[in-house]
Amino acid sequence: MSHDVYELSGVRCRELLESREASATELVQVYLDRMRGVDAQVGAYLLTNEEAALQQAAEIDAKPAEERRPWEGVPIAVKDILATKDMETTCASRILSGYRPPYDATAIRRLKEAGLIILGKLNMDEFAMGSSTENSAYQPTRNPWDLERVPGGSSGGSAAAVAAAETPWALGTDTGGSIRQPASLCGVVGLKPTYGAVSRYGLIAFASSLDQIGPLTRTVSDAAALLQIVQGQDPLDSTSTGLRGPLRLPTERDLAGRRFGVIKEFLGEAIDSGVREVFNDACKTIEALGGVVEEVSLPSVERGIAAYYIIAPAEASSNLARFDGVRYGYRSGEGEDLLSMYTHTRSEGFGPEVKRRIMIGTYVLSAGYYEAYYGQAQRTRTLIIQDFNRAFADYDYLISPTSPSVAFKLGERTADPLAMYLSDLCTIPVNLAGLPAISLPAGFSQGLPVGLHLISPHFGEQALVDAAHALEHRFQLEARPALTEVRE
Amino acid sequence: MISREEVEHVARLARLHLDEEALERMGSELSQIIDYVQQIGELDLAGVEPTAHAVALTNVFRKDETWEGLSQEEALRNAPNAEAGHFAVPRMG
Repeated sequence: MSHDVYELSGVRCRELLESREASATELVQVYLDRMRGVDAQVGAYLLTNEEAALQQAAEIDAKPAEERRPWEGVPIAVKDILATKDMETTCASRILSGYRPPYDATAIRRLKEAGLIILGKLNMDEFAMGSSTENSAYQPTRNPWDLERVPGGSSGGSAAAVAAAETPWALGTDTGGSIRQPASLCGVVGLKPTYGAVSRYGLIAFASSLDQIGPLTRTVSDAAALLQIVQGQDPLDSTSTGLRGPLRLPTERDLAGRRFGVIKEFLGEAIDSGVREVFNDACKTIEALGGVVEEVSLPSVERGIAAYYIIAPAEASSNLARFDGVRYGYRSGEGEDLLSMYTHTRSEGFGPEVKRRIMIGTYVLSAGYYEAYYGQAQRTRTLIIQDFNRAFADYDYLISPTSPSVAFKLGERTADPLAMYLSDLCTIPVNLAGLPAISLPAGFSQGLPVGLHLISPHFGEQALVDAAHALEHRFQLEARPALTEVRE
Repeated sequence: MISREEVEHVARLARLHLDEEALERMGSELSQIIDYVQQIGELDLAGVEPTAHAVALTNVFRKDETWEGLSQEEALRNAPNAEAGHFAVPRMG
């Protein structure tokens, strides 16, 4: 049988398996075949799990239907920041080359318990630091819509793999926009859950108070389904809470009575005119579906980037102290004594952006500066949360473009780190406040996808996917990347 | 502007070695970024409580139960160098 890979969402795969229209082996083969056809161009995968995936599929196919769990046999791929037992996990860093974790991340364990089949590990910016996936120590990933352009980052491999239909769906992580921005640039759905909804156990830590795991998918229903699979409280992560109740697949078709606040501070000069046009059209669509759209001001969010580039590097400099060549990963052969071994290992093992963030973090936490930087940043974070709370007293959703621009060209922004940081202005405050948010494809500018960013109050995931589903149905975006399968 | 001595000092704290060229570049990039984030000092935040955790949680307890951890062999499997059931490292300086 032949399948249109773009029609194979996670939910559709489950239906085909349940009705026995497809076997798990067939589904895995469809994706392995697609990978062979396009991944040499896209570069989304760091590792493919072909042999184990086919074996698991064969075992599932041999089971009687009544013994199968609902999602059993559906393929998935995951960002290489998540620990997978005995499967190499590098965080796209040289310092973790060859690392085979002795345990699974909780999110991975939940995928396995649900019976999903892991196709492979996806590329990313090293330690999730970056907005273009150009900081991977191993390879660049290219945007399936235009191979000259970046997929965004840091979950660029996840977004590109989903956009190129090299997997039905994927897991990514979001610390300052790392699910939503690549989803926007690759024309897929990206959902960053409420902080704590998904356990961070086994997620290689970047900034622990901001990091959150979430889905990248081609449909809003898939995002809801995948989050429902991985969410939940976990004794191994005391900051995890799970969602407040099970997430239902969204069925909404209208937005009657829902109130949407357009965040004024996110619509400044930084937003490209093409992105602005798509956003304005999306606002009209919301109104056409019965929603109310008004402008709202959250003055403190303008300080979000400054607060973030203190808090995130500070937490990173502390988290990344563990990479010292002693217990796992790379160790430099240079160095006569212990201290010099540490220094050589870290200097050779980390890439330039990771070093830059460690340096910023170490600087702001160093003696005499703590209160002026970290203390002030944590207080700014309080103001941002208060501004969001005030706005949510009047609005069900806050909205903005996800990214100020469409996908940019490889190499175009690597020379100016600060400029790259500033492009995260709409996504960063959401992490500082721990809120859930979704990026949904809303249209195109210059033939490249533009995402709409919807933010909800804490644990408002159901309302978020309901509204996104109504909009997705109305947008009816049928375009696909023009990728040609190349056969050797 | 962050001085060269400061950059060297911070690199030492972070256990990073930067060669001449990297030191120069890091100095200018760090200065630019720190200049930008310094705007945080302009805000009047007197009386504002700092937030370390964005979602309200109080103490989280679990039952005082033990479970199996990693075996010594599993814990050592990824070590660049191990000897006699321990991580092996170069001598102290």
